[in-house]
Amino acid sequence: MADEIILLDFWPSMFGMRVRVALAEKGLKYEYRQEDLRNKSPLLLEMNPVHKKIPVLIHNGKPICESLIIVQYIDEVWKDKSPLLPSDPYQRAQARFWADYVDKKLYELGGKIWSTKGEEQETGKKEFIECLKLLEGELGEKPYFGGEKIGFVDVALVTFSCWFYAYETFGNFSIEAECPKLIAWTKRCMEKESVSSSLEDPHKVHGFIMGMRKRFGIE
Amino acid sequence: MAEEVKLFGTWASPFSRRIEVALKLKGVQFEYIEENLSNKSPALLKYNPVHKKIPVLVHNGKPVAESLVILEYIDETWKHNPILPTDPYEKAMARFWAKYMDDKLWPAATKVVVSKGEEQKAVIEEIQEQLKTLESELKEKKFFGGESLGFVDIAANIIVFLLVAQEALGLMEILTEEKFPVLHEWYQRLVDDAVFKECVPPRERHLGFFKARFGSSTASK
Repeated sequence: MADEIILLDFWPSMFGMRVRVALAEKGLKYEYRQEDLRNKSPLLLEMNPVHKKIPVLIHNGKPICESLIIVQYIDEVWKDKSPLLPSDPYQRAQARFWADYVDKKLYELGGKIWSTKGEEQETGKKEFIECLKLLEGELGEKPYFGGEKIGFVDVALVTFSCWFYAYETFGNFSIEAECPKLIAWTKRCMEKESVSSSLEDPHKVHGFIMGMRKRFGIE
Repeated sequence: MAEEVKLFGTWASPFSRRIEVALKLKGVQFEYIEENLSNKSPALLKYNPVHKKIPVLVHNGKPVAESLVILEYIDETWKHNPILPTDPYEKAMARFWAKYMDDKLWPAATKVVVSKGEEQKAVIEEIQEQLKTLESELKEKKFFGGESLGFVDIAANIIVFLLVAQEALGLMEILTEEKFPVLHEWYQRLVDDAVFKECVPPRERHLGFFKARFGSSTASK
């Protein structure tokens, strides 16, 4: 029986992009449905009644929510191609730890950069760079967080990179100047089709955030 | 090769206690190290330099941090008495609900002990909405994990802490049998479970802890 896969997403979401990368890594065909977050579809509300958020993966009618949970699900169901998590339990724990770190820190700090001003913004920038430096240290000399191939942490983090241009513009700083190795890693990831076809154009993301800033009166 | 398992934790942390439950369910011998969070040991800072928090599990010298990550590590390393389902979909559901405990229930529980008056009433209502959501997920099952304690039940230990705080601070009853007939029964099974009940803070000390830290005029009836 052919698998039916639907992804409910909102195009600028770095969380939705994680799922797109994972699906592409596994070579899976799926239906992509854009949600309007100001007018959520009955399907979204039915499939994620608890949080009412995207992304939601619907596999043969059954919903899975929360991007890192979805990525692990994809990795476990389609386990014979391009494994994203290592097989060793300790390595898996490290991968989950770092993906959790990205989740705990980057979205909120990035949000401070584009949506606040003055001291709050400066603190956000400083802490954001500290986090990226820590991640850069974790990457070390490896080509990817996953080692020779992209893995769970690469998928969790690389989708933020298409938001970097927006963060840099609104925060007036250069991420590459602070974290050159990390930027080199993002470029290496973008050479893979699964990543380049899943990430959005940074200028488009910038335009989206500009619209949000206008809407929330941040200028 | 002899196994060396250490757990760095604190007696009053639900996150720390979760790890004790998992290790005991699997019959894993471990050394427990009680941390003083206002004077963290060099070992803790070495094993969890990123967050500097407990719990940290150290297995043959290698550290694992973040309670839900540790639980999965334990389940994958000691495979008997599994706490996660094997089916990928069921596993995804278990991860979702465990995360719900941490993302929703925990912040609300920490808020309820520091808020007062109307704000506190509102947080209690929010918690009750969350408990309703959990109850509809539990349905007819004995535990979230099915016939025996699983990942979600262990993660739900936050509820024990919430109810001890409720009692210590003289708050209105949150998990009433009337409002939550199904969840109330599950809760009784949870706290009566042979392993789980060994892994909750000693009651009197725990009540005293909440009274000392958050007591004063937080009573709200």
